[in-house]
Amino acid sequence: MKYLVSLLLGLLCGAALFILGLFYNPFVADRGLSPLSISDSAVTSLSYTRVPAKNIAYTNNGMSRIKPHPESIAELWNGPVRLTDATLTELRDARGQTAGIGVKFSSRSEKTRLMRGKALVDSVWYVYLPDRGSLFIEQSENYWPFIQDVVFPAYRNSANSWKGTWFGDLTDGPGALGIARVTGVSGAFQGKSMEAVESLNMRAYSTDKGPVSAEGRLLIAMPPKDLASADASE
Amino acid sequence: MFKTFIIGLVLGILAAAGALYAFPVVDQQREPSIVKVAANGGNVETLHVNIPADRIVVRAPGQETTVPARLEWPADNKLQSIGVEFYKIRNERDDVIGVAARTAAAGETTNDWLLHLPARGSQLVSVQTAPLAGGVRRGDLRAGSREFAKRRGSVALRWLPDESAEQSSPSGRIELLTNYIGTADESQ
Repeated sequence: MKYLVSLLLGLLCGAALFILGLFYNPFVADRGLSPLSISDSAVTSLSYTRVPAKNIAYTNNGMSRIKPHPESIAELWNGPVRLTDATLTELRDARGQTAGIGVKFSSRSEKTRLMRGKALVDSVWYVYLPDRGSLFIEQSENYWPFIQDVVFPAYRNSANSWKGTWFGDLTDGPGALGIARVTGVSGAFQGKSMEAVESLNMRAYSTDKGPVSAEGRLLIAMPPKDLASADASE
Repeated sequence: MFKTFIIGLVLGILAAAGALYAFPVVDQQREPSIVKVAANGGNVETLHVNIPADRIVVRAPGQETTVPARLEWPADNKLQSIGVEFYKIRNERDDVIGVAARTAAAGETTNDWLLHLPARGSQLVSVQTAPLAGGVRRGDLRAGSREFAKRRGSVALRWLPDESAEQSSPSGRIELLTNYIGTADESQ
């Protein structure tokens, strides 16, 4: 009997050790500096709120702790879209002026591999900048560093919240060096291929409501012909 | 007894690792694709949006009424001429398989549709605002991700009013007929 208890205790401790090892995996390296921050291309910055209730519209399956906004918006409860979020938001330029609108659809990715430190989300952006044109952005986002540094500490905190400053790049592909692919759809961007990185600046997070104070940012490396207009907008 | 504990510890680590490997953390529900082969090459797929049931967001320039009713549009003049609609999109069996956003701006000759099918990928289609004969609007696939990353082709979009007398039936549907073909890159 004592051997059985000892074996069961060992099994439980082993599973707990494995879970701890997942969270404090020393083999998952920080990606560090964004490749676009050392790029020669002119980079344009578009920021937006990551607090769902401050977006124009945000919806998910309705069962998440992050509530859809406005309250009466239809929820994505149907099976194939159950793991999808839809966001409509106002985009601001580097000076904080309104630059356009952004539509983001994101779905949890089946390529998620927690043992490799990858909690992936497949997302696409449609960005419309009046007078300049529109863009399609395709990316995989990795939320694992954010979960490790913000979400997990928020659950450990007795107040069920986290406050501080967390800044990190979310984009993890599909381009080389973990960059998003951007295709110009209309206007000055039409037919051009570009690159982008999405980052997150989190200041407060609650386990009940999700992000309380947070800003997202899209850094887009402009095509050479659009450099002049990008410079003008910066 | 200590040896048994160590064996249990190792087995626990292996079992947890095995469970994480065997059971996917994310398992997207898939509906079988209903794709037909076009006579002149390529694949044809028909998607649709039931109106009004599948509307998630509707905001049109100059209109007070929005869906949902309490949608607050930014006050900036730059954004006043932009209309945005979000829909659920369905396959031919009337199952929801994704979400779509249509963005239109005054003065533009095209509307942009972003179609997102979570288990498959996304498509960005630019559709002419001026209809052709029969009310059909033509569009082109401008960009795509995953399954649609290496595709090119066209889309025919039309409004089909519901002609059944049933009270519970939708007022109509927006039909999107996609005709895509893989590019040389994809076949390599």
